[in-house]
Amino acid sequence: MVRWTFALALGLWLAVFATLRLFIIPPAPVSVLTIYMTLVTVAILLFVMANEARWQGFLAPPRAVFAGRVSRPVQVTVLAGLPILVGFVAHLRLTPTWDAPFEPRVVHPQPPSSFTIQGRRIELAALTNPLRSDPAALDQRIAEGKTIYYRNCFFCHGDALAGDGPFAQVFRPLPANFRDVGTISMLQESFVFWRVATGGPGLPKGATPWHSAMPVWQQFLAEEEIWKAILFIYAGSGSTPRTWEEGTADVNRH
Amino acid sequence: MGVDGGVPASGPWLVRTITGVWKGVFKVSVMLAMTYLAAQLLSAALPAADYRSLPLLGNRTAVWIVAELHLMFAAFVLGVPIFALITEIIGMATRERRYDDLAREFTRLLAMAYTLTAVLGCVLLVLFLALYPKFTTYMSSIFKPTWLLYLVLIFGEVIVAYLYWYTWDALQGARKRWHILIGLLVNLWGTALLFVADAWVTFMMSPAGIDEANNPTSLWAAATNLTWMPINIHRLLANVAFGGAIAAAYAAFRFLAADSDEERARFDWMGYVGSFIAIGAFIPLPFAGYWLGREIYQFSEQMGVSMMGGGFSWLWILQAMIIGSLFFAANVYLWLGMGRIPGGERYTRFQVPMMLVLTLGFLVWATPRSIIATGAEMAAMGGSHHPFLGLFGVMAAKNTAVNLMILTTFLSFMLYRRGNRVPTVSWTLAGKAAQSLAILIAAGVVVGYGVYSYFVPSIVRIGFSLYQVAAVLVAMAVFVAIDIPLLKGAREIGVIRWGAIPERAQYALFFLAISFTWLMGLMGYIRSGIRQYWHIYGRVADESANAYTMTHGDATLIVSSIVVVFFLLVSAVFAMALRDGRKV
Repeated sequence: MVRWTFALALGLWLAVFATLRLFIIPPAPVSVLTIYMTLVTVAILLFVMANEARWQGFLAPPRAVFAGRVSRPVQVTVLAGLPILVGFVAHLRLTPTWDAPFEPRVVHPQPPSSFTIQGRRIELAALTNPLRSDPAALDQRIAEGKTIYYRNCFFCHGDALAGDGPFAQVFRPLPANFRDVGTISMLQESFVFWRVATGGPGLPKGATPWHSAMPVWQQFLAEEEIWKAILFIYAGSGSTPRTWEEGTADVNRH
Repeated sequence: MGVDGGVPASGPWLVRTITGVWKGVFKVSVMLAMTYLAAQLLSAALPAADYRSLPLLGNRTAVWIVAELHLMFAAFVLGVPIFALITEIIGMATRERRYDDLAREFTRLLAMAYTLTAVLGCVLLVLFLALYPKFTTYMSSIFKPTWLLYLVLIFGEVIVAYLYWYTWDALQGARKRWHILIGLLVNLWGTALLFVADAWVTFMMSPAGIDEANNPTSLWAAATNLTWMPINIHRLLANVAFGGAIAAAYAAFRFLAADSDEERARFDWMGYVGSFIAIGAFIPLPFAGYWLGREIYQFSEQMGVSMMGGGFSWLWILQAMIIGSLFFAANVYLWLGMGRIPGGERYTRFQVPMMLVLTLGFLVWATPRSIIATGAEMAAMGGSHHPFLGLFGVMAAKNTAVNLMILTTFLSFMLYRRGNRVPTVSWTLAGKAAQSLAILIAAGVVVGYGVYSYFVPSIVRIGFSLYQVAAVLVAMAVFVAIDIPLLKGAREIGVIRWGAIPERAQYALFFLAISFTWLMGLMGYIRSGIRQYWHIYGRVADESANAYTMTHGDATLIVSSIVVVFFLLVSAVFAMALRDGRKV
């Protein structure tokens, strides 16, 4: 087995590459694939190195090629093939394409400490959904939020709140999928309120480009209507807002 | 410090101890006096201003470099005594002289390192006073009493540290426990210093004890702010890991430069002990990190989002790369070490599944939440969020991955420990079965909660991470509790051939030390950088020309440069200690 170490290592590397390339749908972006294959290469090499017998078995074929202990055609193929392969990869990497350049976009923009809504300044840290203070009326508020959602948000965020409304496909990036565990369930309601109220233009300048088509909803909806819509998107998507233990917010401010 | 060994227990050693301690106190006093004079002179000579600018490097970069170097040396002088005390205690318990020699060898390095730490601290103080006078005055208005306490602690630390060194040979044998007590005092004093300094740093992140107009209301509240204790614990553990890693790297260097098999054997063993302590302290470190992260989020979601999901999130991918590589290096070092243990080959077959878990864990950990993609790739994904890979970008997956990696590394250690031993107790089979069960149950709990946490709110998910950690810690405790009686009186297949390890294993030890240092620099930058344009978050804004966040490229270049400078300085410390040692 040890004498096949080199072939096994090479075979494993190719098998992993093929798996990542072919079986991840939609295809993994090159940036992620590069991270993965770099790690896999390092892992395979370290595993081989971690045992003396394996390491010697791994080194034997390259040594044989460089020391001339293999047939001339094999030697020529390897020694000529390697630079050609490297050159080809370099060619692929450097050839200009029509693709737009990479965009280092982050999923969650950082919220400001305060923002203005309909002429009033709001501190984000102290902001909570006022409609949750009356649990008896919550179902009614959610129902009202549903109506607001279907009149305003449904077209992009969709019937199932999965970011797949009838207009969704014309946007890049797609509208947020509220059913994804990585979206609203990771955020406090105050964050969602800020995003809805200030829309795409309210995003921070620190990490542009955002390309968000989200309208500035405070221009179309009253503050309470926004809170109601937020109640609905959480209830309708089966998620709950991020919360911390009670009392900690007060501790933070002193 | 370079004193000779075998100092008699009366007469000269006492004189030498008093002289040594006096020299240490004198040195620190001179440095502090010079700092005070320099600060006074600069304040008098420079025109009054909120900010002054330093030519060439600029204010921020200068303070950054000096502060980080100061912190690294401080970690070294706090970490090495912990490392030395642990090995000294092991030496006393096992009555093996070599542990005592190892502890002594590293304590020798402390004097020079203390001096460098103090010099860097003094330069930092002068820089603050000269470049940020308004900010420093404000901090002083809140923390002045703690500065005085800090001074007292510095002198206390110098006195006990010098006592620890100079009484080494006198307090041997029956008097060893007194020496251990001094060692404990060195560490308690060091820890107190760390805790005081952390109060200032954490106040800048999560200010407390001040009113709406920023006037101080409670010094205690300001010091014990929300992020204070998490950083204390995080840094304390990191210092032990750091001290062990530096010790291991030193041993690796000595191994590679060794002229004889005897020396190689000695330094091989030393490298193993250093790495053992480093990785032992490293294992609970991510848990302390989660706690800190959680407190940051609790204090300010804005700061938390900046850190984990916003502009700084890509630096966490770098962090994942380094920590994942650390796990790789630690395991590979142990597996290579198995080659010098007769009977170690019995466990080679476990390397395949262990490497598989480590690699998969690493892949998950390194999966970015916000993926960099071309326009075509984004169109295919429907945004920068991949519907499948995105599952690995969240904390649910990363917690699961890191817990499994920790469990695997622990298993590597345990197999290494068992390398040449065959249990002879009657309940061997049952004991091994119970150990396997403990590991499997822990892995099951980790994976189970990991998957389940995708379906629950964040606050519940965070709670799950505690169950995952608890499962891993309990499994480790159960494994060790069984292992100790299991291996009691075990038959030895052969003696460990210290020194008979491939040279490439030593590079894994260098890697450990460099990675720990790099991580400290990187994490320190993230922690400090997320304050963005605030000196004191949300309270005192940075109104200087440096009130902007650097590009990641520029920031990481500075971090890497600091690491290079630190290792150059540490090499100088080692070289001087070696020279002193040879003179003897």
